[in-house]
Amino acid sequence: MRALTWHGKHNVQVDTVPDPQIVNPRDAIIKITATAICGSDLHLYDSMIPGMSNGDILGHEFMGIVEEVGPANTTLKPGDRVVVPFVIACGKCFFCDHKMPAACDNSNPAEKADASEVAYGYAMTGAFGYSHLTGGYAGGQAEYARVPYSDYGPIKIPDGVSDERVLFLSDIFPTGWMAAENAQIKPGDTVAIWGCGPVGLFAIKSAILMGAGRVIAIDHHPRRLELAKQNGAEVLNFHEVKVREALMEMTAGIGPDSCIDAVGMESHGFSPDNIIDAVKQETKILGTDRPHVLRETIMAVRKGGTVSVPGVYGGVADKWPIGAFMEKGLTLKTGQTHVQNYLPDLLQLILDNKIDTTDLISHRLPLEQAAEGYKNFKTNQNEWTKVVLLPH
Amino acid sequence: MPETDPISTDAEVASPAFIDKDLVEGEHSAASIRAALINRPRQDLYDYWSDITNLPSFMENVKAVDILETGRSQWTIVGPGGMDIQLVSEITEDVPGQRIAWTSSEGSDVDHEGWIEFKDNAFGRGTEVRLFISYDPPAGAVGKVVAKVLQREPRIQARRELRRFKQLMETGEISTSKAPDAAPRGDRHF
Ligand SMILES: [Zn+2]
Ligand SMILES: [Zn+2]
Repeated sequence: MRALTWHGKHNVQVDTVPDPQIVNPRDAIIKITATAICGSDLHLYDSMIPGMSNGDILGHEFMGIVEEVGPANTTLKPGDRVVVPFVIACGKCFFCDHKMPAACDNSNPAEKADASEVAYGYAMTGAFGYSHLTGGYAGGQAEYARVPYSDYGPIKIPDGVSDERVLFLSDIFPTGWMAAENAQIKPGDTVAIWGCGPVGLFAIKSAILMGAGRVIAIDHHPRRLELAKQNGAEVLNFHEVKVREALMEMTAGIGPDSCIDAVGMESHGFSPDNIIDAVKQETKILGTDRPHVLRETIMAVRKGGTVSVPGVYGGVADKWPIGAFMEKGLTLKTGQTHVQNYLPDLLQLILDNKIDTTDLISHRLPLEQAAEGYKNFKTNQNEWTKVVLLPH
Repeated sequence: MPETDPISTDAEVASPAFIDKDLVEGEHSAASIRAALINRPRQDLYDYWSDITNLPSFMENVKAVDILETGRSQWTIVGPGGMDIQLVSEITEDVPGQRIAWTSSEGSDVDHEGWIEFKDNAFGRGTEVRLFISYDPPAGAVGKVVAKVLQREPRIQARRELRRFKQLMETGEISTSKAPDAAPRGDRHF
């Protein structure tokens, strides 16, 4: 089959590789009809996440048609249309039992689990196409993919609903939704969201559906800010205003009730701390993450407020504003998305036309042009807001 | 400077080996202990483990287990450098539903000892499983190579085997991302 493979920093290409096969009894093979490039794929593209091997197939947002199922899979059959969550979860361990599939104990293969256990104090859960730290599973930017534990994760899609409307159930829609849920929004609350990329946009849509009175979105790309505005947010361009001061002004000195960091470890911006962080990140000696946005959310949120972090962080951060965090009595909620928990309800929102999941798509490319998609999504974030790849 | 007592704890640690390093090191040169919480009834786990012909299903390095007579079995294990290691294992303790201990008999290539314990979690979270593995490498030149590998091997082996056992017991299969799930990869695997 054809698949997009990783070959080092800013080097991805479409190669011919062996077709995946059923390995375990609960597996399924999916013929992929649509797959997307995610903002977090850019961390791999930029070589910010360790544990990649030459030839790894990328991609964790995908959907398609079931081609074949293993003998123990009683929920799927060939021909079913499914969206596959990026989190691989067994459905049987303590964490899956307690509705925390993104903390599944079993989906990272034993021989892959050692590295993250050393780095994070626990073994990370498996995920598609996201380095050998999360299991080294082949991803979905390909013609076919093997889906482990496929009787637990994938959700069936009724006929007549287009791929584009449901594809983002695999990651960015539930991730934006959980970001808003973690922000503990009460009706009428003011929510500030840093980053109007795909997750930020879904966080805006979700916060409004959850009853936020006011959503303030922060970015510097005009096109992304325009999308945020179309979705009902007031917008701030951080090149034009001092974000914390503007938020204080807008909220009459109180600050937003909740702040969402939908940017993560590679935040932009030109504040002094951000430049120091960038140097540290490049040298790989002094630290890895650039937590500028995280610091700003803590400084800006109102006393007793909540900070929610869907943005990906991978390493360590310093100059953590622990004084502000403690003195203001803040709550911080974060984590990889428990995708499986949200799928039935979010699919229903789509079917009921309560949410538009397609307005952020800027480009649709055949899989063969995936490398071009990565390059542009990375370097032209204003125009390239979301790329969907079509393998067949 | 006043003498300070070593750090101690009054909390109950299920196996003393976790707080007393000497108990882990034991009489062998390489040893490890590992605990895992498994979301299955204690008896199921004990039953599966006590049928030792099941063990190669999740022990990656075990090529074959042949039952010799009551309590004794012949093990063929893939050793360092691809050479086979022969081991005759003898059950030294078997408390049904709770604990199995074994040791290697004379004539084995490696002097080996281990035990596994099963205990109900006090808070209803399934079964606590603790695995102890220790080895002494054979003497001689080959022994030196084996010794080098074994210094780290029991630690890795205990955690990986327990992880695979947990996967198999909880999910019915052992997680893998090896080919043919995907393309052949480059060298930087771990
Ligand atoms: Zn993603
Ligand atoms: Zn699980």
